[in-house]
Amino acid sequence: MTFKRPYSAGLAALAVGLLAATAAYAEPTINKGDNAWMLTSTVLVLLMTIPGLALFYGGLVRSKNMLSVLMQVFYTVCMVTVLWALYGYSLAFTGGSDFIGGFSKAFLMGVTTDSKAATFSVDANISELVYVCFQMTFAAITPALIVGAFAERMKFAAIALFIPLWVTLIYFPIAHMVWYWAGPDAISDAVKALAAAADGAAKTAAQAKLDEVNADAGWIFKKGAIDFAGGTVVHINAGIAGLVGALLIGKRVGYGKELMAPHSLTMSMIGASLLWVGWFGFNAGSNLEANGGAALAMTNSFVATAAAALSWMFAEWIIKGHPSVLGAISGAVAGLVAVTPAAGYSGPMGAIVLGLVVGVVCLFFCTVIKNALGYDDSLDVFGVHCIGGIVGALGTGILVNPALGGAGIMDYTTGKIADYDFAAQMISQTWGVCTTLVWSGVGSAILYKVVDVIVGLRATVEVEREGLDITEHTERAYNM
Amino acid sequence: MKIVMAIIKPFKLEEVRDALTAIGVHGLTVTEVKGYGRQKGHTEIYRGAEYAVSFLPKIKIEVAVASDQVDKTIDAITTAAKTGQIGDGKIFVINLDHAVRIRTGEADAAAL
Repeated sequence: MTFKRPYSAGLAALAVGLLAATAAYAEPTINKGDNAWMLTSTVLVLLMTIPGLALFYGGLVRSKNMLSVLMQVFYTVCMVTVLWALYGYSLAFTGGSDFIGGFSKAFLMGVTTDSKAATFSVDANISELVYVCFQMTFAAITPALIVGAFAERMKFAAIALFIPLWVTLIYFPIAHMVWYWAGPDAISDAVKALAAAADGAAKTAAQAKLDEVNADAGWIFKKGAIDFAGGTVVHINAGIAGLVGALLIGKRVGYGKELMAPHSLTMSMIGASLLWVGWFGFNAGSNLEANGGAALAMTNSFVATAAAALSWMFAEWIIKGHPSVLGAISGAVAGLVAVTPAAGYSGPMGAIVLGLVVGVVCLFFCTVIKNALGYDDSLDVFGVHCIGGIVGALGTGILVNPALGGAGIMDYTTGKIADYDFAAQMISQTWGVCTTLVWSGVGSAILYKVVDVIVGLRATVEVEREGLDITEHTERAYNM
Repeated sequence: MKIVMAIIKPFKLEEVRDALTAIGVHGLTVTEVKGYGRQKGHTEIYRGAEYAVSFLPKIKIEVAVASDQVDKTIDAITTAAKTGQIGDGKIFVINLDHAVRIRTGEADAAAL
């Protein structure tokens, strides 16, 4: 989970109202160890997308479309990176409304080498610039996941237009809703001020200030939904956008009749493995501090992934009679998706159970449900990312329970782990899941229609037959 | 002169080559091909999508021999390439009108 603390505004307001109380507070400091870990995590998350995701997806399409997929993923990373610096970071991680931030940090205004971003601990900050870059890589991978759903048939011009629209109107708001909050230092300062308030009037003012700090957060965050590294923001968000895209664009020519076998499962294996490696930056990096919490997220990202790979592989072996490489690596990705929201909250044994469950559930969706409904989600973005994300989001609500070995949820007002309430937490998680499904599902549908009107979504039948590589990019992946 | 063309299982290529060398055949052209005969194809499954693959990978060899060598050549290939299973392949013999060795200009029997 990630957030930005607008500490200067909070502290200034606090100082005006509570001069005596604020005088004692030390300025938070930047921890070099945490900073080093976040620099490392940031490049690991980039590795997930390029070349990890690009190769995983590329290997799954036919050789005539290999370059189109690589290009779509690479383009997405570059486009979102620029937009993030221009206004994305500001829209996602500054205060504003419950649904979207403001433009106070547009063009990274005021973000300097001295700027600090909050972590999960009081008085342990990291450089805001590394936080900007870390979150940038999340914004980049999410729309890149979507392109798998309509691979092999979407015009590049349509993708070139869809990606900037989608991150601006879907991703930045969802990231704000789930992850934006005032941060632990602001809450801690307000709590201390409340405790130090002497008389009735001061107490009322301090309480009002604390309420204001707690209210300075995104809509889903305030619903109490927990999402450690992006189960809702990244995976459900991209997964439902992919499904809507696959439905609106329609099936590939020859789908269900012609051989559409992956052209290189070797590439896909390399890609999936790089995804796993990079995902340690994604999950353990989302802890924002190089401490035991990061180690827990790392442990969970190991065991849940391995369990899900085994679960998919053995289930397929039992049902279809053969254990497949594609099944094992698909299971691993499903496990990574499911453990994403749970990484810092679940215990390791809970993570194994989560992995075992998600492997079978995603196998079921990618085979039985997809075939029954007949939609052509080329690379199973919905079946793996949306379904895996939902299993993870709901599973996190269960596995966070300290009685099940979970880490519990920190209450920064009391400074202690909050009491676990199953029903309340599941309702919170469901709010997160449903808000994301509706926002992204409806919003994406509108954006596809807009793009269709402006440039047209779908390549012609002739282009699709010939392959997108030679027609759209005038190149071939392999000249042998 | 004849061209003996054989479609064989890919893993039998080395044995066929050895057998042909043993009877004095010193040149061979090999092509990777796909096709089908009595051997059924197989099924490939990718995340639940099942594809019937009816064209199987085979090796096509072509060897030019003098007419009196044809029976020996067919024997050698048959013996080496046979497994007794469906899918062992077929041999076709085609008349060859003329042959030239490019380097020397030698023709017909001298060119083989």
